[in-house]
Amino acid sequence: MKFIFQTWHWAVSGFLIALIMLTLNYFGKVFGMSSNLRSLCTIAGADKYSDFFKFDWKSQRWNLIVVFGAMIGGFVAVNFMNDPSNVTINPKTIEQLQTMGIDAPNGKLLPNALFSNEIFNSPKIIFILIIGGILIGFGSRYAGGCTSGHAIAGISNLQRQSLKAVIGFFIGGLIMAHVILPLIFSI
Amino acid sequence: MKALKYLIVGFVFGIVLTKSEAVSWYRIYEMFQFQSFHMYGIIIVAIIVGTLGIQIIKKFELKNAKGQVFNIADKEKGSFRYWIGGLFFGLGWALVGSCPGPIFILIGAGFLPMILVLFGALIGTFLYGIIKEKLPH
Repeated sequence: MKFIFQTWHWAVSGFLIALIMLTLNYFGKVFGMSSNLRSLCTIAGADKYSDFFKFDWKSQRWNLIVVFGAMIGGFVAVNFMNDPSNVTINPKTIEQLQTMGIDAPNGKLLPNALFSNEIFNSPKIIFILIIGGILIGFGSRYAGGCTSGHAIAGISNLQRQSLKAVIGFFIGGLIMAHVILPLIFSI
Repeated sequence: MKALKYLIVGFVFGIVLTKSEAVSWYRIYEMFQFQSFHMYGIIIVAIIVGTLGIQIIKKFELKNAKGQVFNIADKEKGSFRYWIGGLFFGLGWALVGSCPGPIFILIGAGFLPMILVLFGALIGTFLYGIIKEKLPH
């Protein structure tokens, strides 16, 4: 049973993610997490400002339930299934992060520099997290999907458009990780 | 009962992404530095299994839970929106180390600063809805 509490192998994870997508297809639905952001905007009243949000969000309620289940899954995995990591982050990555002042993982999922509760006192980090969110929300809707909808579901369905989006994801990610992130953390 | 099956699917999804560290900021950074195969392995295996599954479903015209042939819609035609929208998304993905699924999962796991990212993502989605008609697709 110990293996359940350690970090899962990438092949196991990839296999299960595909099964989750196929299960949703079996229920007559399509795998895609960012659609929930649109539903939440509509629930919050965004339909008063743009026709884009005028749709029956109740038809997407199933997806909100999936995401709610995922939140519970995250809670259970972090609080009750946690065992010091066996698959470790590349030491070179850790060293590189230290030069930017970002703390080593040591079994953590997120760096304290960006995600500890102390950041609520740091306007800079608050700004970074909100800007990052805006890019994700804007980009996923503009591209019509995110990692789940395009990289997994779209490419599995041999959609050329999804391949374009995923190449875009990686170009953006590489620019951020190699150019912008070092600049942000050297200031 | 209808809700329960979606809750279970989501629950498993949350556990899988957390336990395989796909929700980890470090894993995303490491992926973009090409310093580990871990994230690529997850994505590649998911795509291979997903593609095989969908091809089998289509070839044998399998029926879904409602007894109908699977209906997996094609993505809208276009190029610009995918390249440029994808680029914006990628910038955000590498900055906060989370995509939409993990944002929710990590809030559930108790990482309160992630609420700021969700707040931003809702603003970003709203912004797209407001200026959609003016954007090239």
